[in-house]
Amino acid sequence: MVFRLDTLWSKITLVCLLPLLWVMIDITFDNLGPDPIQTLHIRLGDWAMRFLWLTLLVTPVQTITKWRGMAVYRQMLGLYAFFYATLHIMVYLLVDHGLMWQIIAVDILESSYIWFGLIAYLIIIALAISSPKWAKKRMGKQWKKLHQLIYIASLAVIIHYYWQLKGNMAEPLFYLIIISLLLVFRVALWFKNRKFTKMMIPTTRRIKVVSVAKVLNPELSIDLQGPVLKELIIQEVEPD
Amino acid sequence: MIIKKTKAIPSSEITDPLLFKHRRQIIKGMVGTLLTGAGVTSVLANDNKPDWVDLPKADVLSQSLTVTPAEIVKNHTNYYEFTFNKTDATNLAQNLPTDPWSVEISGEVEKPGVYHLEDLLSQQSIQEYIYRFRCVEAWSMVVPWVGFPLASLLKMVKPLSSAQFVKFTAIYDPNVMPNQKVNAMLEWPYVEGLRIDEAMHPLTILAVGMYGESMPKQNGAPLRLVVPWKYGFKSIKAIVKIELMKRAPITTWNKFSPNDYGFYSNVNPDVPHPRWSQNSERQLGSRFFTPRRQTELFNGYGNDVASLYSDMDLRHFF
Repeated sequence: MVFRLDTLWSKITLVCLLPLLWVMIDITFDNLGPDPIQTLHIRLGDWAMRFLWLTLLVTPVQTITKWRGMAVYRQMLGLYAFFYATLHIMVYLLVDHGLMWQIIAVDILESSYIWFGLIAYLIIIALAISSPKWAKKRMGKQWKKLHQLIYIASLAVIIHYYWQLKGNMAEPLFYLIIISLLLVFRVALWFKNRKFTKMMIPTTRRIKVVSVAKVLNPELSIDLQGPVLKELIIQEVEPD
Repeated sequence: MIIKKTKAIPSSEITDPLLFKHRRQIIKGMVGTLLTGAGVTSVLANDNKPDWVDLPKADVLSQSLTVTPAEIVKNHTNYYEFTFNKTDATNLAQNLPTDPWSVEISGEVEKPGVYHLEDLLSQQSIQEYIYRFRCVEAWSMVVPWVGFPLASLLKMVKPLSSAQFVKFTAIYDPNVMPNQKVNAMLEWPYVEGLRIDEAMHPLTILAVGMYGESMPKQNGAPLRLVVPWKYGFKSIKAIVKIELMKRAPITTWNKFSPNDYGFYSNVNPDVPHPRWSQNSERQLGSRFFTPRRQTELFNGYGNDVASLYSDMDLRHFF
């Protein structure tokens, strides 16, 4: 495949690599401050987290704008979260500890904030490995279940961030608000869908509503998404 | 290990530090008077030239340490009164007026009072103390402090036998300290404390400078505590009040989170912080891929201070 700059895909790829380029420039020009290793931890960790949020953002954006076909970008953003998280861990093991395994082991055992980071990373590895299309096909329903672990990972990441601070919570609070909004959106959607499922249970009243909807929109049985769903709910709320 | 011991220079040979510090001012003043016939006042600002040259090294040190570059120490301070950002503190702290400065000494002492800093300093012999400074955040640096033993100040004001603890209070100036103004996080002013035997220990110093210069504002000018075997937050900056107490004072971090930050806060690799390990530390100024340093009990000053805690369970009194 020839790499073409004019496709959206390649543009996004380049943008996703900018944070790394920026870090490399700062390393080259010794621009990371008095504690460069800590700065690296924070910078790479931040970007891993931001890409995780962007990944979570795809579905809400898709639902709101009704713009389909973003799944490929969701996969890509997720893989960048994995990419930056991997760099974050490499810096911890190599740059910070020089692979002194004994000190690393004690550090991990005694630092609960690291446990949460590890949980998040293990999940993200699993998601990255199972992200290709063929894996998705092969796993069937299990795929979705596995990939719902991203919610656990994102919460673990927040705790990982909070736990290592001596006290100042302003910045992680900002991220906490973002993740909360993203999760609330999904919970709301889940409730909305549950309502919809309930309507599928054949009670007399509901059947009536559905049939009304069917009269209004004969394609109902084929396409149960989008505006039809809205219509159904509105009609259900209306008194008979 | 190289054991370096410098012979203490007799105090008669040491130039009065204040006289030395203000030598340029004095000379400029004299020149000014000569040229214009009028006295020139306050010609000396912080001109970044050494304020002390060839300071005697305190002979309290048994280990040879590699000093961390000054630029790192000057731009990496936790000064929460100004900001939670270690580098931003450098600029913000410049707003703190430190001259003139006085220190109130009160409580269980024979000679309580408000002392001008200059008067306190004129009675002390200033020396250089090269100490490892270990932060509770698991990083460390080696700083050549300029100061004098806290004990010699306390002896001057004569503690009563009822004095069991020493309480230190830092400046409260919300007009220049943004986090005091908005009451952010900790209770202000910052308070720290030591047991009287810790305070009288020869390793415990009050510092007025570092790297041969007067203390940068972000590092706690004009007067700060340095207790090398305890986590850095015990070494309170910009002290305005020293009280000798019968009972242990309530200290700032301990009050904020008693399970995380004990009153003693002795450096101890075997007692982790509830959320992170204290087993190793990142040495600031070390290169990439350099392993962390194994943290030592009492920050390596165990030979000198372990006896203070011989009958104590260090896990309980952390």
